[in-house]
Amino acid sequence: MNEFFQLLLSGVTVGFIYALVGMGFTVIYNSSGIINFAQGEFVMAGGMSAVFLLKWGIPFWLAFLLAIIITAFLGVVLYKLIDISKEHSVISMIILTLGYSIALRGLAEVVFDKELHTLPSFVKDGTFSIYGATLTYQALLVMITSVIIVISLYLFFNKTKTGKAMLALSDNKDSAKLMGVDINKILMLNFIISAVIAGVGGLLLAPITSTNYEIGIMLGLKGFSAAVIGGLSKPFGAVVGGLLLGILESLVAGYISSEYKDAVAFVALLGILFFMPGGIFSNLKAKRV
Amino acid sequence: MLKKISIAGLCILSIFSFILNAGTIKIGAIVASTGPASFIGDPELKTLKLYVKKINDNGGVNGDKIKLIAYDTGANPRKAVSFVKRLISQDRVVAIIGPSTTGETMAIIPFVQRAKIPLLSMGGGIPIIKPVKKWVFKIVATDTMACKKIMAHMKKKGISKIGMISGSGGFGKSMRKQCKDVAGEYGIKILADETYGKKDADMTSQLIKIKNTKGIQAVLNPGFGQGPAIVTKNYRQLNIPYPLYESHGVASKKYIEIAGKAAEGVIVVAPPVVVADKLSDDNPIKKVCVAYTKEYKNAYHTDIASFGGHAYDSLYAIVDAVKKEHSTDPKKIRDGLESLKNFVGIDGVVNMSPKDHLGLDTKTGLVLLKVKNGNWSVIEE
Repeated sequence: MNEFFQLLLSGVTVGFIYALVGMGFTVIYNSSGIINFAQGEFVMAGGMSAVFLLKWGIPFWLAFLLAIIITAFLGVVLYKLIDISKEHSVISMIILTLGYSIALRGLAEVVFDKELHTLPSFVKDGTFSIYGATLTYQALLVMITSVIIVISLYLFFNKTKTGKAMLALSDNKDSAKLMGVDINKILMLNFIISAVIAGVGGLLLAPITSTNYEIGIMLGLKGFSAAVIGGLSKPFGAVVGGLLLGILESLVAGYISSEYKDAVAFVALLGILFFMPGGIFSNLKAKRV
Repeated sequence: MLKKISIAGLCILSIFSFILNAGTIKIGAIVASTGPASFIGDPELKTLKLYVKKINDNGGVNGDKIKLIAYDTGANPRKAVSFVKRLISQDRVVAIIGPSTTGETMAIIPFVQRAKIPLLSMGGGIPIIKPVKKWVFKIVATDTMACKKIMAHMKKKGISKIGMISGSGGFGKSMRKQCKDVAGEYGIKILADETYGKKDADMTSQLIKIKNTKGIQAVLNPGFGQGPAIVTKNYRQLNIPYPLYESHGVASKKYIEIAGKAAEGVIVVAPPVVVADKLSDDNPIKKVCVAYTKEYKNAYHTDIASFGGHAYDSLYAIVDAVKKEHSTDPKKIRDGLESLKNFVGIDGVVNMSPKDHLGLDTKTGLVLLKVKNGNWSVIEE
């Protein structure tokens, strides 16, 4: 029983890591229909710029704030790039994000370095135990932050005018335009929100997974899987998807074999895509919202 | 007419280039200075550039200057093959250093064997030099040597049952296999054998399994990159009471930095250059290691990575062979390499023979370290 609980807790920890990255995918997809493959690189940019700002002697909190601003700026740049190529299809825009991710990786390699880095933990370094299972404080912080982000996104999309305008935009671009929604501004805001979530993720995950210029590949892939399982359009779905993926991986590694861990997760992802192409929440609501 | 002129032109050109080339020793290098193995290839290339310059500034070898022709493979064996072809047929080098990884090395061996150009690989794998190939050498400790070093220590401590958790990348996979192969020689049983992907963010699930396996006395973790650091953190998080052994894949200060407090007490097998200034004074390689550490830091303002030492040794082994044979003929260089005796390099004291193209022994080639107060301390044997 004890073992099961610890495995579950490990799965939840990893699940929230995936979720934190996955949520960023949903925000951009929601408004533009684009899957942003540079999402993982935004996470990397957040972590890596904080590492180097600290190294260059900038105080702790200011460095973190600047790192988030840098990531937000990268989001704006991506939006501008996509804006220029607006006439093209969604596919070519998705490829554009892929190219952007490669460019960001290369840039990080040159501006920063190829070494592994870590950030100081925000909270007490160490672990605590619940019912005989142990958890680090940093992992707890990741969980709490993810929950706060999901709730804020929900409130933002459903309770504020700007948020509703975003939903309107995703529902029907032309009528939203006719109703006086400033499409460009709203879309750009979406990219900024998504990048900021990624930046926060980068700061929180660096003490756990450590960071380097290509950490975005790993985080982006798992985050994307989490978002797909959750249906791609809901931040909440990304959290559920991340948790499912994390717990599944942990249980397979713990009870069957760590060799099959990724294979099982992959098969689960394929299964969901086959039988529920819209994600696990597809039967609740068919359209993307 | 045109044909005649072009032939004449070619003749003149080739004579001209011959004159130009007199007085240079062309050495080729194939390194993975970018891509997934860049943490290996980058310090290797930096080391080569630094010391070729130093040798040339000091008058070269037998009065000839070295010309380094280096190509970056990005750890791609296909690129390694096309570069080795270029080095042999276009650049006409007399010896080749590299590639950085075992996979790339195995891909290019047939080409150097056919072209009869000596190769000094910097890959860690055993297949490179076993069986012995006439033109292929390497001065890099193998994974098996690392396994043996660790298991000899375990045996001394009375440990006979261990758990393994290995990275599933090339390095972890190779070392996992080698360690399983030699475990029997030391009477060690592997009761749990877990793996993790290099993309994993958490290894507690695997470690719980190891923790709950009855009878385990120690845990060994072959792997490199961020994986072992995460394993170390998770290991402490779960309060696993057994000693933790790490491979030479983490033998850099970076590991201690990333794993932080969790690294305290971890035992790591490492190339001696990592702790150059802590080596005992009667260790023959101490002087070279200390000098290298200092010169590299002065030139690049970063700490050395142990991989750079492979490049240093390979370059100086070739220089040694050229000096000894008074020739830059590839065949003579090969003979010189094969008869290398008491060559003091960074990776150890090298004694090559027609039967041994590695020439390193576990005694000088590797040291065991323990993390103490955020720094390395050498375990005396």
